[in-house]
Amino acid sequence: MEFLVASAIGVLTAGGVYLILRLRTFPVILGISLLSYAVNVFLFATGRLAVDAPPVLQKYADVAYTDPLPQALVLTAIVISFGMTAVLVMFALGAYLEADHDQINIQDADEIESSDEKGQGA
Amino acid sequence: MTNSTSLLAIIAILPFLGALVPGLMIRAGRNACASFAAIPTVLALILLGTLAPAVLQGEVIQTSYEWLPSLGLSVSFFLDGLGLLFALMILGVGLLIILYARFYLSADDPMGQFYTYLLLFQGAMLGIVLSDNILLLLVFWELTSLSSFLLIGYWKHLPEGRQGARMALTVTGAGGLAMIAGMLIIGNIVGSYNLTDILAAGDVIKASEWYMPALILILIGAFTKSAQFPFHFWLPHAMAAPTPVSAYLHSATMVKAGVFLMARMWPALAGTEAWFYIVATTGLVTMVIGALIALFKDDLKALLAFSTVSHLGLLTMLLGFGTKAAAIAAVFHIINHLTFKAALFMTAGIVDHETHTRDIKRLGGLAKLMPITATIATITALSMAGMIPLNGFLSKEMMLEEAAHTSWMHNPWIVPVLATLGACLSVAYSLRFIVHVFGGKVRDDYPSHPHDPPFGLYASPALLTVLVVLIGTMPFLAEPIVTAAANAVTGADTHPHLKIWHGVTPALYMSLTAFGVGGVLLAMHGSLERVWNALPRPEAKVIFDWIMDRCVALAKSITASVHNGAISRYLAIFVSATVVLGYLAFTSGPIAPATRDMLPVPLPIAVGWIILVAAVGLVVTNHHKRFLSLVFISMIGLAIAGGFVYLSAPDLALTQISVETVTVMLLLLALHFMPKSTPRESSNALRVRDAGIAIAAGVAVAALAMAFLLRDFDSISAYHLANSYQGGGGTNVVNVILVDFRGYDTYGEIIVLGIAGLTIYALMDALLRGPAAKRLRETDYSQDRSRDRHPMMMVVATRAMLPIAILVGVYIFLRGHNQPGGGFIAGLVISIALLMQYMASGFAWTQLRQRIEYHSLLGWGVVIAGLTGAGAWIAGKPFLTSAFGYLHFPPIEEFEWATAIAFDLGVFLAVLGAVMLMLYSLSRIARYAGETINIDPMDHDPSAAAEKTEAEAN
Repeated sequence: MEFLVASAIGVLTAGGVYLILRLRTFPVILGISLLSYAVNVFLFATGRLAVDAPPVLQKYADVAYTDPLPQALVLTAIVISFGMTAVLVMFALGAYLEADHDQINIQDADEIESSDEKGQGA
Repeated sequence: MTNSTSLLAIIAILPFLGALVPGLMIRAGRNACASFAAIPTVLALILLGTLAPAVLQGEVIQTSYEWLPSLGLSVSFFLDGLGLLFALMILGVGLLIILYARFYLSADDPMGQFYTYLLLFQGAMLGIVLSDNILLLLVFWELTSLSSFLLIGYWKHLPEGRQGARMALTVTGAGGLAMIAGMLIIGNIVGSYNLTDILAAGDVIKASEWYMPALILILIGAFTKSAQFPFHFWLPHAMAAPTPVSAYLHSATMVKAGVFLMARMWPALAGTEAWFYIVATTGLVTMVIGALIALFKDDLKALLAFSTVSHLGLLTMLLGFGTKAAAIAAVFHIINHLTFKAALFMTAGIVDHETHTRDIKRLGGLAKLMPITATIATITALSMAGMIPLNGFLSKEMMLEEAAHTSWMHNPWIVPVLATLGACLSVAYSLRFIVHVFGGKVRDDYPSHPHDPPFGLYASPALLTVLVVLIGTMPFLAEPIVTAAANAVTGADTHPHLKIWHGVTPALYMSLTAFGVGGVLLAMHGSLERVWNALPRPEAKVIFDWIMDRCVALAKSITASVHNGAISRYLAIFVSATVVLGYLAFTSGPIAPATRDMLPVPLPIAVGWIILVAAVGLVVTNHHKRFLSLVFISMIGLAIAGGFVYLSAPDLALTQISVETVTVMLLLLALHFMPKSTPRESSNALRVRDAGIAIAAGVAVAALAMAFLLRDFDSISAYHLANSYQGGGGTNVVNVILVDFRGYDTYGEIIVLGIAGLTIYALMDALLRGPAAKRLRETDYSQDRSRDRHPMMMVVATRAMLPIAILVGVYIFLRGHNQPGGGFIAGLVISIALLMQYMASGFAWTQLRQRIEYHSLLGWGVVIAGLTGAGAWIAGKPFLTSAFGYLHFPPIEEFEWATAIAFDLGVFLAVLGAVMLMLYSLSRIARYAGETINIDPMDHDPSAAAEKTEAEAN
């Protein structure tokens, strides 16, 4: 089981890293989603794995519980990473609509210069 | 010593407080603005006056507050004779400048800004001379560089002003950096950053092997500030500033800061051979070169600027001699130079103001047209030349006297001869200032018709001229302050006797020579100038600009090579570096043996794993087809949710599923307006490289996860399990952690989520005002649309499901404290329920039926959570302490109440508001993209059709 979780984290990370190295915004967003999965599962795994031991207290039985703390952290992390993905999507969409292309790399030195000037002018 | 006085701190802070006022008072008019700028200065002067008698008696007034004791930084001020002298000069001349500037600045100049900068600068200077902590002194030192930058560049529309300001900042700022290093070395040697300790530890410092580096670094700071050769070039370029600024910065303050520092550090650093040869030689060279250049400058202010350079050289040289008598001469000359130079600068400003030119070649004969100005200028320029009985004569005699018996490298002639040469040149340019500007015939080609200015403009220089004469004829008036300052510089008891007539001394001969030669030089000025202009001279500004250009080019090439705009390259470097560093860290120590056994793998989990890995592979290989990759990515999310269920994390599974749904909807909405496929543009080599990096990162993370999954370690989790029920009143420990133990985190997180929602809304709003809106309207999206956009089946189903979904949401919310669920999940579930309505019946129809704004939902969420937390204060508990209890209503079961549920309600509302706001923003774009607005719930409404037929039948 541990191996499956660890390898799943690894596969998600590898896929995420490969996608964030692409040249267009959409695959980069997909890559960041994969990386968020990987990070969330990774954080969750820091509590180690347990089966049939949810951290919901039982009044009448003395049973084992898994570590609740990473779960609480991951729960908010999932929601926050949704929020961040949404912001990113909006950036990507805005950049595409404004610039009419969705490349993430600035193409040449001229464009860097002109974007610098824009930044100063603003 | 007295400790009676936080007065010192008040004096130091007054100008900074005052700096806030003029910017506001300018609305009340120029006189009000100037008066309010003068108030803090006058107040500080009065307070200083109350302290002065004690200081003149030899007392040292100190006051100290801790700031960052761990760094040795304290807000400590002290006032001794030297500090008093400089503080009086800074405030006194400051007051005169405020008056002068009121009449000098034209109606177009933003006067409020001017006085604000001026007071900032005044405060910074005052801080330097009052600091008793060298770190604090450095802070003020840098502040003078910054505020002088603002002052010099005050006329922002003039390129010379901007360039001069930049040059001054670069040179003095760089010197300041060197000085920081030097001061830190000194602090290390002494073991204290307190100036009083450092001054008492001169022997230790001079004996240290770090003495030379510290000395050189500190001197670089002082020399750049005081415009000593070869750093003198910035000062003339700073003349592009308005004249009041030049008069203030270059007579009494900015450039004197370097001299002040040398005088201040005199007991700690002076007296060694290195000090003498570096400081005295630099001063001597600067004095002669400055005077020589001044003689050939046609711009009045440039002439005065180089004369200032020359006089600063003189002061530096005197301090460099390292003798008590020389130190007394230096202190006295500081006062004298201030009086005549400030007056001369103001006179130059008046001439400029009245004739609209500062070019000596275009002036002359002004004595008849501007008699008052001419009188002031003549007296002060003669004092600058060293004419008896003016104050410049006295200190120049003392200087020449010292120079006369100083030998340089065992040569007794070099210093006296060069000092006399400097004096000759000084006489020559001073006389030129008088003769070529005011002497001669009245011309008829002045750019403007000159006459004496109003009283306000010449009041300040006139007052200074009175001082020039008073000190010159009655030097004993200045004796107390000179004594106090000289005692402070030398750290010994000095008994200066300032008098006019010293008898027939070598200095008198040197002085007479200077006047004779100076007169001859002036007479020959025309021919000398031709020679001077024919000589090749290095132009400092050209060299400086060349160096700056090289630096900028170097910085640009470095920046361009590491920061070329290719984000994918930064990411590749970042990921690779992280993997390599992680690998190095991981292999640098032994790994403890595994302590946990692996759990068995049941078949469904193995299948889930295969689905997940396959889905990741499919996303990566199919990312060009964007819709398809979205389908695969949702498979990953579901597989992970399944994993959470199996691995005892029901809350996470619920969250993951609902977030997954919302995310996919969001991406689908966004994709509608973006290209539907990604072009293949990476080369094979690039793909192989990226795959290599990705696999390395994946293997590294997997190995790390595997390593800790098989090992036990203690954490604080046991505490939460043990206290969840007794302390938090809930059995779902995850929820109790969220709303109680770590409530503060959660509170922060809902705020972040709210900010994300508002950011998206704001971005969308800005987009729809820009060129994007036009593009949206012009692009034809209709090809992508289904013919049946609001199918009846879906409308009916979602309508029926809405109450059920809301009920489920409420149930999940209420059980959250004890069973899996809670505000986060409930918020997401209800968002999905609402989103279904949007999907089924369209944006406009749903929006018409929406009563509550998402913004306020979001806001109320945060407010409710915050108020719940603050409610704990009423009970005298810390923020977010929760309370709970049990109620019993027969025959219903025992019912628990907890304040945490109100907090969770806040979380619920914030999540709901944020998610809906995000999707709402995206759907607003759809309306711009020309989507038809439907007010009917569905495209083909059979009930409406039936009504219609009925109506027709009737």
